[in-house]
Amino acid sequence: MSVSGKLARGIKKVRHLSQHRDWENYRDLVTVLVQKELKVRYGNKLLGYLWSIANPLAAAFVYYFAFSVILKVQIENYVVVVICGLFPWQWIGNSVGSAPNMFISNASIIKKVSFPTALIPLCTTLNHLIHFVMSLPVIMLFILLYKLPLHGSWIYGIPLLLLIQLALTYGISLILASINLFFRDLERLTGIIMNFIFYFTPVIYTKREIPEQFTKYLVFNPFFYLVSSWRELLLEGTINPGHILVSVTYAMLFLVISYWVYRKLSWKFAEVI
Amino acid sequence: MNDPIISFSNVSKSYPFYRHVRGIKNVLFNFPKSLRSLQEDQFEALRDISFTIGEGENFGIIGNNGAGKSTTLGLIAGVLKPNNGKVVVKGRVSPLLALGAGFHPELDGKDNIILNGILMGLTRRQVQSKLEEIIEFSELGEFIDRPIRVYSSGMLARLGFSVVAHLDPEILLIDEVLGVGDIRFQQKCLNKMLTFKESNVTIVLVTHAIASIIELCDRAMWIENHVIKMIGEPKEIALKYSKASGVDLGLEAVEPLTSKSQAAKQIQGNATDRPFGSVTR
Repeated sequence: MSVSGKLARGIKKVRHLSQHRDWENYRDLVTVLVQKELKVRYGNKLLGYLWSIANPLAAAFVYYFAFSVILKVQIENYVVVVICGLFPWQWIGNSVGSAPNMFISNASIIKKVSFPTALIPLCTTLNHLIHFVMSLPVIMLFILLYKLPLHGSWIYGIPLLLLIQLALTYGISLILASINLFFRDLERLTGIIMNFIFYFTPVIYTKREIPEQFTKYLVFNPFFYLVSSWRELLLEGTINPGHILVSVTYAMLFLVISYWVYRKLSWKFAEVI
Repeated sequence: MNDPIISFSNVSKSYPFYRHVRGIKNVLFNFPKSLRSLQEDQFEALRDISFTIGEGENFGIIGNNGAGKSTTLGLIAGVLKPNNGKVVVKGRVSPLLALGAGFHPELDGKDNIILNGILMGLTRRQVQSKLEEIIEFSELGEFIDRPIRVYSSGMLARLGFSVVAHLDPEILLIDEVLGVGDIRFQQKCLNKMLTFKESNVTIVLVTHAIASIIELCDRAMWIENHVIKMIGEPKEIALKYSKASGVDLGLEAVEPLTSKSQAAKQIQGNATDRPFGSVTR
């Protein structure tokens, strides 16, 4: 209690007057930070795009080979099924996996000028969203190659899922990035946990393959219904409102927690970084 | 003196060492000890400091390493928060100009200029309109298109100063950075800072180049062992400080500079002697 009380009181002790930023500055800040991420990550835009597709495609090929060719798993159109799970997962995995280092890798600017640092994870997450959106045509190409239908429900379904996933990954990233400044081994822990979650999420299998007795626990995985919703939307064109509700609830929950964690910790960033 | 633009009242700042809280693993296995160390093991950087800086003032801070000078600048910049007391800053603060802390190493010079400007609260359009002027002043030539990580420390200082000097700062914070530029660029910075004096920009300067405190500053503060030892007339403080350190810098001969006396010493820094290659544009 006394420690958190101390933290909370610290916030009110500095007043920077006429330090206001207008919306144009906020907009430019977000644009520039997103562009910075793109440039830092890939340098060249076209090559960057190729890398962002090459990774999940290569993974899809590996899973296809292991599960379909060798283990002879009986899932129809396994390649497309895996791709529809892997591309959305790629975004989650990359965002959450890189989250612990988001503030650390921006140490030079955080130490130097006072600005809304919560924008850094937002911009990284937006960057991953952009890559995902750009990889959607690849998914559609595979759907066409396997002579599966395109769906009209994508027009509203895709933006809806994009928004939910953005909120969810942003919330989680902000929490991890903030806490990792104080507990630097969180990064390793995140790696281990994400590895678990990958196999507990229907990325390389579908919801149907899960044995009956486990179905009641699925709701405890924040990503489960999100990833399965992507696949249902892309392959069947359907959206299950119940699953959406679970995902939205998780997104809201993480946003609220992240706001609270960030408010408690952000004023100490520059001294621990 | 004008209205105070920066005021510190009874400010104390200490850092916990975070010795036992370095990782989740440590905390789990050592919980009570970790909690205690967070509250007790504190490093005190500033103790009960009060001072004000007026608008348009050039304010110098001197003191030994680890005395608390950079913490003071961090508090003004708003990146650090005091444990006790109150810091009030009224004005747009430039990004803290310090060695090392500065730019994003993977971005090129131009992108860093834009990032800096936007971080300090300008819009992209405003920065863009100043871009040519900043590049011109920095004299970095073709290095402006290279990533910052290949810059020398002198080149970083050039870029840093050029950015903050041209983006209409109201408060400029400089932490021992100009010393790494070559003497001609130092002279150029000095001139620029003297023009700031006329345009009512407040400058807070931390430096070990004691002579420049006398030349540039209207007032100086000497921090020793985390408290203010002296505050007042720069020459007097510089002399006492160098005497206390047992170093004779020959400061008696140094006189405050004015922009008029500088105008006589015009420098001829044009396209012919760009230190980092010609501009290819």
